[in-house]
Amino acid sequence: MNRLQIHDVSVVYPAAQGGAPVTALSDVNLTINQGDLVVALGASGCGKTTLLNLIAGFISPSEGYLTLGDSTIEGYPRVTVGLDIGDEVTGPGADRGVVFQKHALLPWLNVVENTEFGLKLQGVDKEKRRARAADFLKLVGLEDFHTHKTYQLSGGMQQRVGIARALTNDPQMLLLDEPLGALDALTRESLQELLLDVWNETNKMMFFITHSVDEALLLATRLIVMSPRPGRITHEFELDFNRRFLECRDARKVKADPEFIAMKEKVLEIIHGDEGATAHD
Amino acid sequence: MTDSASNSASTSKKNSTPLARFLARLLKQKAAPSGSFYGEPGAGDSRLIAVVTVVCIIAVWTFVTEAGLIKPLFLPSPLDVIARIGDLFQDGFSGATLTQHMAASLGRIFGSFFLACITGIPLGIAIGCNRVVRGIFDPVIEFYRPLPPLAYLPLVIIWMGIDESSKIMLIYLAMLSPIVISTRAGVSSVRIEQIQVAYSMGANSWQVVSQIITRGALPDILTGMRIAIGFGWTTLVAAEMVAAERGIGFMVLNASEFLVTDVVIAGILIIGIIAFGFDMLMRFLEEKFVPWKGKN
Repeated sequence: MNRLQIHDVSVVYPAAQGGAPVTALSDVNLTINQGDLVVALGASGCGKTTLLNLIAGFISPSEGYLTLGDSTIEGYPRVTVGLDIGDEVTGPGADRGVVFQKHALLPWLNVVENTEFGLKLQGVDKEKRRARAADFLKLVGLEDFHTHKTYQLSGGMQQRVGIARALTNDPQMLLLDEPLGALDALTRESLQELLLDVWNETNKMMFFITHSVDEALLLATRLIVMSPRPGRITHEFELDFNRRFLECRDARKVKADPEFIAMKEKVLEIIHGDEGATAHD
Repeated sequence: MTDSASNSASTSKKNSTPLARFLARLLKQKAAPSGSFYGEPGAGDSRLIAVVTVVCIIAVWTFVTEAGLIKPLFLPSPLDVIARIGDLFQDGFSGATLTQHMAASLGRIFGSFFLACITGIPLGIAIGCNRVVRGIFDPVIEFYRPLPPLAYLPLVIIWMGIDESSKIMLIYLAMLSPIVISTRAGVSSVRIEQIQVAYSMGANSWQVVSQIITRGALPDILTGMRIAIGFGWTTLVAAEMVAAERGIGFMVLNASEFLVTDVVIAGILIIGIIAFGFDMLMRFLEEKFVPWKGKN
């Protein structure tokens, strides 16, 4: 049984020239269990991406610690956490796949080579990894673009390659940082459905960042709402709109449900309340 | 007002000579062709203009020398220079044919270039990736980089003698620093997201260095190699000033002592043509290996 636990984590970025140190995250506690699809929602600057970087192992917490299974996650460069927990320490690894806000494709490889790159790193033989990459490229609608150069694709297509690449690698946990933000509405909906299908079939842990309330409510099993300065989790909701969506396959129907609308109002009120408070600072 | 303006435009067109019309066509601004954007700095093709410029320079050179306006001692005519190049291949100058001079110089340049690439590129990557290596080599390279090679030439000769090895060493040192520094700049230009994604797909540090950082640094590595060859030619003449018996730099210097100006110009032209050819080759390699340069 896999479980990601975040214990009292704070992240303080050192002072920039002539500025004060920035507290990006303050006292965050969160547990992500097998099969959880956790969506983080909040205004920009509330520490969503910092939280993702922590889970991915790209950065280390200033205080507190994170565990995945029996190992402690720590980023590089190593900062002394001052705690000795877990059997081993792990940095970023193939168990946690990442999709960035802006794709990070490798321009010297074509689309299919990018998609299979993770499997190639792990030494999977060519025929096998090609087949797997082709499957996922087909799922994201790019089956006709295998040999295209990545810089010849539109922004939305590049993002889809990034998603196919993460899925091809089959990680235990998917970390997605506003992966659909740059896509048109139609592609966005079909990829939301794709990600839900993958989640439903594989029971992966997912951590999904967005600033779209609709997207958050539609996807999440657990929704965490974050607030800025310092970044922290203010509210947490258990949701089941994604189950309803997987049953009826009609996003508009789910979104027209009075329960959905009421929930949306509630969440919007929280976020706007934050903004109001900030304005009075 | 508009009437007279358009009138004068049409009359000037009627009266213009073929040369004026040719120049007007050559220099006219054209609309951005499909595939490029309005506002791209320096958009458009300049090759024809370049060819016309070269032809003009040669024409003026031929005219002023053949008409006797400048004495051959100061500037021989291009026809004489071409004839002299033929002679140089046949009879040679100061004890060796042109082919032998060229072979000696090219051997030094490309021998040093090869050594500088196989040591400089790995060193630049190591300096960019590893703080211990950076700590060791940074002060050394930063100290000697701004020194003109002529300043440490005497020391190289004291250490290595006046034979071939000191010349190779001098050119090698001149080429090493631009290659190392460009490679290192290339390493730091690799996007952190690309490195992070590789780690998140299970790459180990060695795979990140070999498959992400080295590939991502390639555009800058190629630029460094181009700069290095330029430095190499500069240093070659200095190296061949010292007790060389062959080499184009030596040939030019020797010719200038005897005021054989056409050999001097022939040597300069040959160095220029070889260097230009190599630069073309590097540009071709750049288009072949880093077509994504500047596109991401």
